[in-house]
Amino acid sequence: MAHKMLDGNEAAVEAMKLAKVQVISAYPITPQSSMSEKLSELVASGELKAEYIRVESEHSALSVATTAALTGVRAATATASNGLALMHEVLSMTSGNRLPIVMPVVNRGVAAPWTLWCEHGDAMAARDLGWMQFYCQNVQEVLDLTLLSYRVAEDERVLTPVMVCLDGFFLSHSMQKLDVPSQESADNFVGPYKRHNTYLDPKDPMFCCDLTGNGEFTEMRYQQKYAMDNALEVFEEIAGEFEERFGRKINIVEGYKTEDADVVLVALGSMCGTAKYVVDKMREEGKKVGLAEITVFRPFPVKQLKAVLTGKKVIGVFDRSAGLGSQGGPLWCETCALMIDENSDIRHYVGGLGGRDVTAANLEKIYNELLEIIEGKRTEHTEWIDLKENPLDIRKVAKNV
Amino acid sequence: MFDIQHNSKGLVAHGISACAGCGMELIMRNVLDVLGEDTIILIPPGCSALFSGFGDVSGLKIAGFQGNLENTAACAAGVRAALTAQGNTHTTVVAFAGDGATADIGLQSLSGVLERRDKIVYICYDNEAYMNTGTQGSSATPYYASTTTTPAGKPTGKKNLVQIVIAHDIPYAATASIHNLNDFRKKVQKAKDTDGPSMIHIQSPCPSGWKYDPAKTIEIARAAVQTGNWILYEYEDGKVTINNKPKELKPVEDYIGLQGRFKHLTEEQREELQNATTKNYEKYIKQLESMNN
Repeated sequence: MAHKMLDGNEAAVEAMKLAKVQVISAYPITPQSSMSEKLSELVASGELKAEYIRVESEHSALSVATTAALTGVRAATATASNGLALMHEVLSMTSGNRLPIVMPVVNRGVAAPWTLWCEHGDAMAARDLGWMQFYCQNVQEVLDLTLLSYRVAEDERVLTPVMVCLDGFFLSHSMQKLDVPSQESADNFVGPYKRHNTYLDPKDPMFCCDLTGNGEFTEMRYQQKYAMDNALEVFEEIAGEFEERFGRKINIVEGYKTEDADVVLVALGSMCGTAKYVVDKMREEGKKVGLAEITVFRPFPVKQLKAVLTGKKVIGVFDRSAGLGSQGGPLWCETCALMIDENSDIRHYVGGLGGRDVTAANLEKIYNELLEIIEGKRTEHTEWIDLKENPLDIRKVAKNV
Repeated sequence: MFDIQHNSKGLVAHGISACAGCGMELIMRNVLDVLGEDTIILIPPGCSALFSGFGDVSGLKIAGFQGNLENTAACAAGVRAALTAQGNTHTTVVAFAGDGATADIGLQSLSGVLERRDKIVYICYDNEAYMNTGTQGSSATPYYASTTTTPAGKPTGKKNLVQIVIAHDIPYAATASIHNLNDFRKKVQKAKDTDGPSMIHIQSPCPSGWKYDPAKTIEIARAAVQTGNWILYEYEDGKVTINNKPKELKPVEDYIGLQGRFKHLTEEQREELQNATTKNYEKYIKQLESMNN
């Protein structure tokens, strides 16, 4: 174990290096670009013995990684935003062929409007394609979750790819002092890549991914669902081993001061750090508020989140994506489905879009609203919590209409 | 591991559900015959997916993967990278895709592979339209050919795929025709032996889409060359060799007259097509010859 000052992108790269990825295909996109650069430096300097394929698009980035994994090596790529959108159809190829690729996704809104900055809309649009999604709360978690992901994804009870989601700039470009495992301890934890079930090998030939009729398609999908069902248990088991080896606990869901809380906010990503600060501050004022931080969003941690939320009468859910056309954002919809048998009032909040900071003041406002709701002092809540007063006037065409 | 149901000769099953007279089937059998079993094949969804198989049955005895329509080259690059990472320098990686998956939607990933010098063999069987989906026009559909999306005849000419490939200055590129299989097989062998990317563009007459008697597939392929509609040449380490230069071109009618896709043409249009073909042929030959200067 050594201490290093790393930003989120460097932390992800450090984990990929520790996992000794053998093929890397990368295409630069803000805010992921420094990952593409750093990985190429490691390969060029010989620090990491891997094939680096400088692809011409994200579509090819994931295609290369997918068939490389199918050919029997630990393969890596990383992306963000529109890059993830371009990968969309290949995402299903990776997961459907049960290839356990671990891919950092630096969360950034998908254009239009063009944004370079953080929101979860990119990853949320890809949430149902058979990839697991783990959301990091801080830079240490970027390293820890990436390293842990190799074990979870490659476990033969799971064999499902992972997106390690880190908030663009808030995590990708924020420096933090990290505990970095030694190569030896990482080797002992991650181990070498082992191929399973489907692979390309001329000495043991098989044809993968041909047309499948309706006599088998459902069952093959079910196998993916079955793997997802296994994944949380496997995660818990491996997180336990991780804690033993490295001394850090990684929770699927963490209830922060939720036990005696009157109201709880459900959130994911870097905003959880701010939310904890707000919880502490409000607790000092005698307000019993709590936070449910979700690390594993896919598969959705039904049991773990329910354990935190059961009995809570008023719950807020913060979606850092707009959920356009839906009744609410993806996290809120999942939470409502989870609590279907509970008599809870679950409020939907949207904010932090396109890089807008999720401020302590706004989180405090949410908690105060939730407290007023439980006290019967208000019925309405401010769904779009950080919306300006004049949203429809923005970019209004002033002339020639 | 395959459970071999029928010990067919070669690496392709006897019973492939290709149309009668399909040019592509002949191409695949010859490609794999030359490349041998130490080969991994990448196939996009399209006519060649008939070789991938259906359900738990494959038409091939070699290892293979069916990717997306536009990433055949990138998928091949991934296989190559993983083989290299494992110290394997002997296995051939072949991408086998049609004109749509190559000249249209797959052009970007092909360009990426060529520019990076990834060691893969890329075979484009060109049946000059989207045949697997029912004969919709592609950028490789020739001038005036009728397809279901160019019902009055395609108003523009055929994209020159091999010249785009050659613009990447790769070590080996060639065109081929199934009427001369010896020539094609030699080219496949050269592609296999190339240290870097290699590409063969072979015309694949399609009885269903071109609307002709399935017995005439070879005859049509030969007529395409003899009328100047398909030029056989190789680009090898920067040098062009024209393999077959007829002293005199046969009339275009000898080629298009056999095919229903040109049936709608008026006398005037036929004459125009003849002139366009001759002009294009002469220009192309001149261009190829000038590439050696």
